Amino acid sequence: MSQFRFRSPSALPGFGIAYGFTWIWLSVIVLIPLGAVVLWAASLGPAQIYAIASRPQTFAALRLSFGLSLAAAALNAVFGLIVAWVLTRYSFPGRRLLDAAVDLPFALPTAVAGIALAAIYAPNGWVGSLVPFRIAYTPLGIFVALVFIGLPFVVRTLQPVLADVDRELEEASATLGARRATTVFRIVLPTLVPPLLTGFALAFARAVGEYGSVIFIAGNIPGVSEIAPLLIITRLEQFDYAGATAVATIMLALSFVVLLIVNLTEAWTRRRLGRG
Amino acid sequence: MNRRTAIAFLAALSFAAPVCAGQAVAQTRLTNVSYDPTRELYKDFNAAFEKSWKAETGEDVRVQASHGGSGKQARSVIDGLNADVVTLALAADIDAIASATGKIPADWQKRLPHNSSPYTSTIVFLVRKGNPKGIKDWGDLVKPGVQVITPNPKTSGGARWNYLAAWAYGRQQGGDDKAKEYISALFKNVPVLDSGARGSTTTFAQRGLGDVLLAWENEAFLSFKEFGEDKFEIVYPSISILAEPPVTVVDGNVDKNGTRKAAEAYLNLLYSKEGQTIAARNFYRPVSPELADKADVARFKDLKLVTIDADFGGWKKAQAEHFGDGGTFDQIYQPK
Repeated sequence: MSQFRFRSPSALPGFGIAYGFTWIWLSVIVLIPLGAVVLWAASLGPAQIYAIASRPQTFAALRLSFGLSLAAAALNAVFGLIVAWVLTRYSFPGRRLLDAAVDLPFALPTAVAGIALAAIYAPNGWVGSLVPFRIAYTPLGIFVALVFIGLPFVVRTLQPVLADVDRELEEASATLGARRATTVFRIVLPTLVPPLLTGFALAFARAVGEYGSVIFIAGNIPGVSEIAPLLIITRLEQFDYAGATAVATIMLALSFVVLLIVNLTEAWTRRRLGRG
Repeated sequence: MNRRTAIAFLAALSFAAPVCAGQAVAQTRLTNVSYDPTRELYKDFNAAFEKSWKAETGEDVRVQASHGGSGKQARSVIDGLNADVVTLALAADIDAIASATGKIPADWQKRLPHNSSPYTSTIVFLVRKGNPKGIKDWGDLVKPGVQVITPNPKTSGGARWNYLAAWAYGRQQGGDDKAKEYISALFKNVPVLDSGARGSTTTFAQRGLGDVLLAWENEAFLSFKEFGEDKFEIVYPSISILAEPPVTVVDGNVDKNGTRKAAEAYLNLLYSKEGQTIAARNFYRPVSPELADKADVARFKDLKLVTIDADFGGWKKAQAEHFGDGGTFDQIYQPK
């Protein structure tokens, strides 16, 4: 089988037109705006972009944004899996209500989410006044906001897969004498790894670019709790369009690398586990 | 109603709608792009202008005001927002519009009296009732355990005034080196940098964070109105800065919209008895206090004020020196 075949035979006609639409649509919606960002940034030249990227403030903000986004996505992967498992495998009173609540972070305008989180986690808020350390206006506050907005991505990607999983396999494994841990780790989890990685990637991607909900709860102190998207806004406010797009391009490149790694891992696990 | 009359009715409606809309368009429309804390001021003032324009010319005019962070507002105008007049927090933002679009002549600030600023304000301290930390002056802000709330000067016009007022105090203690030292100590005590003045007021007043808020005098007075006089107190420092929020007509836009006369009358009214009274009522210091209500003017305390032109060499210089890439503000957060 050749690796790059232009078309696969299909029972339905219309490949040509659909292929054309795909290109036009993706160009208008995604490629042209992103191209404009890169072009704007290119007006600076590599030396200046490097100068912006290597400033300690930029470096700290990028490290904070990417580090916290990865951590938040990882936490969401663990707890999102549990939530999705409970919501698909068990039935109990209030299940539909809980199920609907998962989507709230999707639906809520991000600024509303941010203000609500800041109000609760501020030193005089419900949660903030109970804990002995500060949550709002520290990197921990940013982390809380990123976990909040990322959760539905993991749960919603896992749910349909979990619903489709063949339960007979688990039963067979149990009747053949496997211990519970073995069933979980050898039978159940391997099927879930690819969707889990997809959910992780989506949650991460959303978190990296998140501005609205984070900005109200982050302290925005340069080098400590300043996220990379804020750096972009800051430069825009100073009418430094090229500088803003330079930071954006760096973020774009880093995000691309992370997502590529996640996708390759996913493809690798699919091949290795022989499922699809 | 049978089907035919229904269709006729709908057809009539569809004709009528654009006609009504057409009438609405015939009325003159002015867009004032302003900054954050002027919401209340221009709500009052726009109503007054609509009335006075009607009395003077017999024409109806509608003024729309748009508010937001000063820098962001300037950016909207640069990006094509069809503003007839801009009334921003600092001259630098209007300079940016002038140089980026050419819609405003470079010498715009000389066109109206008092540097084109019909009202001024200054930076004061807002502290919690009873002033528990005993804050009297700038020197008290750098004491350990005192938390200061101010927005980020990179994004907020108000914060730049705060910063320069603090700098002026530091400089008074022994020149620019001393000022630099003072300002780094001050920002060590800042736990949150909001992006705008309103955000900082919320952090201080509603989230209960910090001991002192560096605020526009008008915002400080307004917070009494908003949150009650029993919660906060205003402290006047020994020295502050004369904040001049300037106004100007956007020539390129008014000539296209045919609104130059109305736009110029709008700004002139700000300097009149009526405009000055409204400004003072909304806690802005009128440039001609004799025109405003005595009771309103009496609220403003006299204090030593430095100015951006005499003490900082104008906005262009101050902007580059303090708030540009690698400026004194960036240096505060530079890891040593």
